Amino acid sequence: MDIENIVEVKDLKKSYEKVEAVKGVNFSVSKGELFGLIGPDGAGKTSIFRILTTLLFPTSGKASVLGFDVVNGYKNIRNNLGYMPQRFSLYQDLSVIENLEFFARVFGTTVQENYVLIKDIYSQIEPFKNRLAGQLSGGMKQKLALSCALIHSPDVLILDEPTTGVDAVSRKEFWEMLIRLKEKGITILVSTPYMDEANLCDRVALIQDGRIMRIDKPKNITNDFGRKLWEIKSENIYRLISDLRQIQFIDTVYPFGEFLHITTKSGNLDSEQLMLVLKPNHPSIVLNQIDANIEDCFMELMNK
Amino acid sequence: MIKNTGNIIEVKNLVKKFGSFVANDNLTFEVKESEIFGFLGANGAGKTTALKILSGLSFPTSGEVKVAGFDVYHDRDKVKKNIGYMSQKFSLYEDLTVKENIRFYGGIYGLSGKYIKEKTDELLKRLKMEDLKDKLINSLPLGWKQKIAFSVAIFHNPKIVFLDEPTGGVDPITRRDFWEMIYEASNSGITVFVTTHYMDEAEYCDRVCIMEQGRIDALNTPALLKKQFNAKNMDEVFIKIAR
Repeated sequence: MDIENIVEVKDLKKSYEKVEAVKGVNFSVSKGELFGLIGPDGAGKTSIFRILTTLLFPTSGKASVLGFDVVNGYKNIRNNLGYMPQRFSLYQDLSVIENLEFFARVFGTTVQENYVLIKDIYSQIEPFKNRLAGQLSGGMKQKLALSCALIHSPDVLILDEPTTGVDAVSRKEFWEMLIRLKEKGITILVSTPYMDEANLCDRVALIQDGRIMRIDKPKNITNDFGRKLWEIKSENIYRLISDLRQIQFIDTVYPFGEFLHITTKSGNLDSEQLMLVLKPNHPSIVLNQIDANIEDCFMELMNK
Repeated sequence: MIKNTGNIIEVKNLVKKFGSFVANDNLTFEVKESEIFGFLGANGAGKTTALKILSGLSFPTSGEVKVAGFDVYHDRDKVKKNIGYMSQKFSLYEDLTVKENIRFYGGIYGLSGKYIKEKTDELLKRLKMEDLKDKLINSLPLGWKQKIAFSVAIFHNPKIVFLDEPTGGVDPITRRDFWEMIYEASNSGITVFVTTHYMDEAEYCDRVCIMEQGRIDALNTPALLKKQFNAKNMDEVFIKIAR
């Protein structure tokens, strides 16, 4: 079946008793896309993914994967989908190779048949193939989980926060693996709370509190940031934050590592005037105008 | 305000073994009073193990550890009285209200009823959450829970507060509000010992310690680490150390 959209979601809602976790979301994902669902805890990411992987019923609305409805066509979806849930869900008391063989068998295939697909990832843990899965480090568990999700050569891969709680190096390596997978033609949906990872996706949906605020290519989102933005730093960041907040013409002040990102109420900034006001408490200030990143945009959308 | 520079935590040759597995391999470091001390490293590097020893929750296998002037082997209870703790996984009781949680924790730390009542009102006013006093914790969004949990962790004015990945999964605005609360606490004299996977948060720390496989790989101010590793930001420092 040759369909344009691998995933289609229309007016999807999900409630748990009194809590409305997903408040009517719409999006679609095309073949071979790397699509990111970006948002904090409680935004609705896991609920949406559980519905798409046919593990949870929607409260209302429709969703389809590979042209099959998630409720009526779930069997067809499950055979062609790879899923990596947020929490490590493999068998801790089976070895690496036993887990992989189990998943291959369940999907009616063998490890050898699709070895080429997972080789990139699996070869990194292959030396430990007889180690029990429960004794693997976090990074290795991730690689095993990803291998098991791919062993049956699925058309779609859904990864729920694969990099949450993982260190910066492992996160980077994981995304490098994902991009190589995408080049093999697999459609990939990933959720993450890390805004910087959004830039690695083809398109992203920024989600907060059960609603999608914006869907687009990361570049388009950052280009659409409504106003001018500056970064500023001094030797005393804490003092700088409170001093800036006292200044009438300053609007938002947000820490971004070493620098603060600031906007003004008028949209423009007289940098000389600002430096003059701050100089008494901050002898050395660095001030530059900058382009917005995804996190700046996310916060702007939150404030709307 | 000039920060005090005495050492509030002293660790010398700390070793922690689980059977033959060495989780903490000869750690030596100090944390200065009112410092914001960042503890970074991959999962499994030994951060949580060290944190548990420092907060009096487990014994070292060997080595010297002093927290707030007290020895962790013989004065564990005194250590516990002088610290606060908060983690991503557990912070407050979901089925109690905001007020009930504060009263509970205040009681555990031996604070008087009067003090608890006064400070509760102050705390809620500062967080602009006065109307949430009688709301169940499980009805609040994660970010709000974490802010309240942090305030509760320092309610009894401890010398040190241990924060284990306190901002994991929290939205970007709340994450920053949270760090402003950390700055305030440090400024008022409380030492903050925090673990995080957000590299931009590493920049907010006075000093950062990077752990790998049970050992300390690097310990310095973010500025000096960036210089040492010729890196633009802490993300690059971390990546360069690992490779």
